[in-house]
Amino acid sequence: MPEPVRVPNLSKADQNRLAQSGIDLSMKNRCGSYLQMDQDIVQSECSQEGIEVLSYKKAMEKYDWIKEYAWKVVSPEKDDITRYVAAQKEPKGYVIIAHKGSNNIFPIQACLFLGREQIQHVHNIVIAEEGAELHIISGCTSGEHVGKGGAHYGISEFYVKKNAKISFTMIHNWSEKIEVYPRSASIVEENGVFLSNYVCMQPVKKVQMYPTATLKGANSVARFSSIVISTPGSHMDLGSRAVLEAPGASAELITRAITKGGTIISRGHINGKVAGTRGHLECKGLILQDGVVYAIPEIEGSVVGTELSHEAAVGKIAKDEIEYLMSRGLDEDEATSTIIRGFLDVKISGLPEALQQQIDASIDVAEKSGF
Amino acid sequence: MLHIEHLHVNIGDKEVLRDINLHINEGETHVLLGPNGSGKTTLLMTIMGFSTYTITKGTITFKGEDVTRMHSNERAKRGMGMLFQRPPTISGLKLGKMLSAISKTKQENIPELAKTVHMDRFLERDINKGFSGGEIKRSEVLQLMIQNPDFIMLDEPESGVDLENISLIGTNIGALLEKDKHLAKRKKCGLVITHTGYILDYLDADKGHVMCEGQIRCHGNPREILKDIKQRGYRECMECRNQ
Repeated sequence: MPEPVRVPNLSKADQNRLAQSGIDLSMKNRCGSYLQMDQDIVQSECSQEGIEVLSYKKAMEKYDWIKEYAWKVVSPEKDDITRYVAAQKEPKGYVIIAHKGSNNIFPIQACLFLGREQIQHVHNIVIAEEGAELHIISGCTSGEHVGKGGAHYGISEFYVKKNAKISFTMIHNWSEKIEVYPRSASIVEENGVFLSNYVCMQPVKKVQMYPTATLKGANSVARFSSIVISTPGSHMDLGSRAVLEAPGASAELITRAITKGGTIISRGHINGKVAGTRGHLECKGLILQDGVVYAIPEIEGSVVGTELSHEAAVGKIAKDEIEYLMSRGLDEDEATSTIIRGFLDVKISGLPEALQQQIDASIDVAEKSGF
Repeated sequence: MLHIEHLHVNIGDKEVLRDINLHINEGETHVLLGPNGSGKTTLLMTIMGFSTYTITKGTITFKGEDVTRMHSNERAKRGMGMLFQRPPTISGLKLGKMLSAISKTKQENIPELAKTVHMDRFLERDINKGFSGGEIKRSEVLQLMIQNPDFIMLDEPESGVDLENISLIGTNIGALLEKDKHLAKRKKCGLVITHTGYILDYLDADKGHVMCEGQIRCHGNPREILKDIKQRGYRECMECRNQ
């Protein structure tokens, strides 16, 4: 078992915030860890054979070929965020390489902690080589005392090679004063599988992201799942895109969005470019208190033989569902939270048990505070 | 156990039940007959406490306590339970999760109970989503087995159910109503809506009532009433204005 993570300068409250973001400081159910606090890299290690967790700098020193993977799927000229990160003299972030045929049962955790800095920037590269299976949980959180507020700029590039699989589960646990701008993209080769899960149950000032998966290889698969709750003052502009470029490629984009007064813009785009491709987009929104759930599903097919569909619904909890549970003895609040719990219960196939439990645990925390 | 006196019920501005009087004692099972739309389900939903049904006059007394204004969960806690004819589908909520929520601190073995009504393979399924008629009823019976109410209302337990499933459902409902116990020791009571009467093979009903146009028009031996209706239909009941 890997050594526990040591974070001597962190208060108990902040350690709890890390735990709520899916970061296991005991390392009991983790095989590797990357911990960056502001711009300091506290830890970067992995005990699993065939898998390396390196800082961006170290990876560039160790492997000459890594630079071929940097700024390849995300353009440095994309927007102000990418330009800012690309201009950094000392790029931070992690590089995770799962070498050919490796497989981790216990996930690697990557923690990005924003404490004092105005802007935390990272550039991450994740590579699963041929036949490798790689599971990562990324916990992003801020210290309880981030006074003036701050921002997180994160570039992530994913490469899923032939017959490989990457699952990337990101849990956001920021605060009312933090703005977050992830910029990520992935390339999936033949028979590759890319699972991207996003969970945000806690307040955040602003999140804006639109990760893209390009399915270049035959029979490749991408699945994006997002489970979010938006509280008053939170503005979440979330999207995901899949570009189907090879026969047999398929994508599924699933969102469960609840507003308790905040704004959620749920975008999605599936582009079927060749025959023999399939895609489905699903967004379900629940308005518990006046706020905004704005679903913008887009499906674009340009050849005979691509099959794309979408389903979007925004509404409230049906009264007959609440009363049905009440007639079984639950009070109104219990009935409501039982139904919300079910609404958020998206079982993600292909995800290791430890990660599904982590997603469930984030929902538990939200449920305990009455959603 | 249950006493309903001079009950009037509205849905919105429209009066749908008029001057209902019904008394069900410990150990008794009553049958409610009547044509479609006569108000049978409305009566059951009103007794259970659903908010769509507004009681404008009259009282419902359960175990000596006035429950007329109580929410349905309070009635459930006092021992009322209901088998719904068409329960809602709840997307995402797994049957097993719902059963645990109902069971709370009780120590029932949910998978074991589920096996007795052949629902063990449905615990990870969304409640009622894509369930067949028989599966819906078996899920309802399973929920009642966990709730274990003293007074059970059954809204057409045999509708949409094949004969084999009727036997399974009937036997288990019979057990819930303590039909296996001696008459003198039987405490549980029931109120059953049925059109076919098949379910009565398992329940041995004590009394029958016929509803027409929101009123209970007559009372009597359930088998005799059913036989009469099978032969003559409801036309005479509709014409009958005397209770």
